[in-house]
Amino acid sequence: MKTKISIDPRNLPILVTLGLLVVMFAVGSVSFMGFLSPQNFLNLFIDNSYLLILGVGMTFVIISGGIDLSVGSALAFSTMLSSSLLQKSGWSPIFVIPTVLLAGIALGSFMGFIIQTFELPPFIITLAGLYLARGLCYVISIDTIGITNQFWQDAAHAEFKVFGNNFISPSVVIALAVVAAGIYIARSTKFGRTVYAIGGNEQSAILMGLPVARTKIAIYAFSGFCSALAGIVFTFYTLSGYALNGQNMEMDTIATVVIGGTLLTGGVGSILGTVFGVLVYGTIQVLIVFQGTLNGWWTRIAIGFLVFLFCFMQRIFEARKRKNKAKEKTLVPAAEEA
Amino acid sequence: MAWLNVLTRRKIFWPIVALAVLMCFNLFFTPNFFRVEIKEGHLYGNVIDIIKNAAPFMLLALGMTLVIATKGIDISVGSIVAISAGVCAMLLGGDLKGVPKYPIFFAMGAAVFVSVLAGVWNGMLVSRIGMQPIIATLILSVAGRGIAMVTTNAMIVWLYIKPFAILGQGYLLGLPFSIFIVAGLFLLTALVTRRTALGLFIEAVGINPTAARFAGINAKNIIFWVYAFSGLCAGISGLIVCSTVMSADGNNAGLGYELSAILAVVLGGTSLNGGKFYLMGSVVGALIVQTLTTTIYAFNVPPEIAKVVIALVVLIVSLLQSLNFRSMVAGLFGKRVPA
Repeated sequence: MKTKISIDPRNLPILVTLGLLVVMFAVGSVSFMGFLSPQNFLNLFIDNSYLLILGVGMTFVIISGGIDLSVGSALAFSTMLSSSLLQKSGWSPIFVIPTVLLAGIALGSFMGFIIQTFELPPFIITLAGLYLARGLCYVISIDTIGITNQFWQDAAHAEFKVFGNNFISPSVVIALAVVAAGIYIARSTKFGRTVYAIGGNEQSAILMGLPVARTKIAIYAFSGFCSALAGIVFTFYTLSGYALNGQNMEMDTIATVVIGGTLLTGGVGSILGTVFGVLVYGTIQVLIVFQGTLNGWWTRIAIGFLVFLFCFMQRIFEARKRKNKAKEKTLVPAAEEA
Repeated sequence: MAWLNVLTRRKIFWPIVALAVLMCFNLFFTPNFFRVEIKEGHLYGNVIDIIKNAAPFMLLALGMTLVIATKGIDISVGSIVAISAGVCAMLLGGDLKGVPKYPIFFAMGAAVFVSVLAGVWNGMLVSRIGMQPIIATLILSVAGRGIAMVTTNAMIVWLYIKPFAILGQGYLLGLPFSIFIVAGLFLLTALVTRRTALGLFIEAVGINPTAARFAGINAKNIIFWVYAFSGLCAGISGLIVCSTVMSADGNNAGLGYELSAILAVVLGGTSLNGGKFYLMGSVVGALIVQTLTTTIYAFNVPPEIAKVVIALVVLIVSLLQSLNFRSMVAGLFGKRVPA
């Protein structure tokens, strides 16, 4: 007897992403000396921790059928706000961090409120949010603000040893905590399941009596929180605030979420997929660095190409599903009659 | 008051009122705003500057209007502007003596051709593969900037070819040369969409693609060509941008232009939900966006803070389009519909 390995078709996009990651790593290890090292793998997390955090927030937004274009600017605003509060106002980090996070939540819930109450397209409202946050950066300062605060310096230089001689930074710990929380929220909380329900069919979700309005506002608030936290993590990385930080980052974030198998039509997706998406993104960057002769801008072309591939794949799955459904429809009445 | 009723019912009325209000504001608060001088045989002044600087946005808005009319969106135009500028600059070459590597018209033609190809790619993804417009164009918006940077070898290419400067800096009959390009393309688009059934077809596709298909309209082809046209507009816009600054910066050329173009279209009265479109409205919308920016500059506000004002404008305009918001405001004034 043959045992057939059955794969849940919903997991297929994640498996494809994981396969892609493995292939890219294999290619890198064969082609370049020193590519296959635990530290090189950990560096993917260290260098992209802020992208992971943004990705978790964005995944929720996209699963609900929306989009958040403001994340890059919100990240920049968060770097500016924290650096100016630390340096210019001389606040203690104990107050700075909650203030910055609250500012992110406020921006997110404001956008969510308008999207929900006035039934406006998320695309256009978060676009306004993008402009608003970017402009507010310049209201704070046009120049770069360096951070000399001791806590920030410590956070930037701290290393946690893992598997022998390798290390991760505090940013990675924060990012992984957000990822773990994201997975838990998406899978096992009422809020998370409501997000999927809204993305599947908002009308049905309302008719089922789910708190759609509240959840939708909370989704954008959560994404705002993630952007603010990512901004703080970003300052651990750069030790400065700069109004031009995170330009085009919203596109990178959406791209990693899509590569992670989340459907842009909403209703389907996972946080774990996004993690793989971010790792693929990071691996492409590292591959291009190792390759040496290619211009760093090839990363963007490669990412664009991957987004195309994944969207194309999604369309094929959708078309096949529709065909199957059509088949069922023609079969079911006959079965009922019998 | 019948004439007023007729007037306010025309869609172009409100954008023009908005522009007029902005202009009036400047009349009182910005010294010398309307002063137009004649320098070196051409007109010179704030108003002329606004028209000149708005030209690239007007071109983008023309293409974007048709795309939005089909219920689509094209967020790749900013990147296409960068690609077009990059291709043109690389073909012309940064020769200090001003000798172009290839003939100027060849370089311009190649840049526009590449831009149309980019539009064709978008159109194929949306119409043939059936991707959502925002995602389909997101791909090129991400990759396009990379393509532009790779074309220019990640350097800013400076141009020293005098004749090429006419496009963005030259004057004809005292007016900026670029405005004639805009006017030409506008007339062409208006003729083709309003004097033939094509405009109606585009609107039909935007209102209900399925119904349009049953009515015998080849919705797929219309969507396809609308994106190709948007690519063409972005390509020409890129040439003007390149010629205005006589350089191609793959990183910054056209950065954020897609947002200004979308804003111009929405300000002009075309709804993001597709359907009826107003080309003239979009052109006026682009002028409003540029006037707003210039006004903010005139107050010595750092240009970057202009973004906050633009954000607020986007917010107000979208609120005005929201039915919920309108009924809420109507409720405030006691105009509730009796049950």
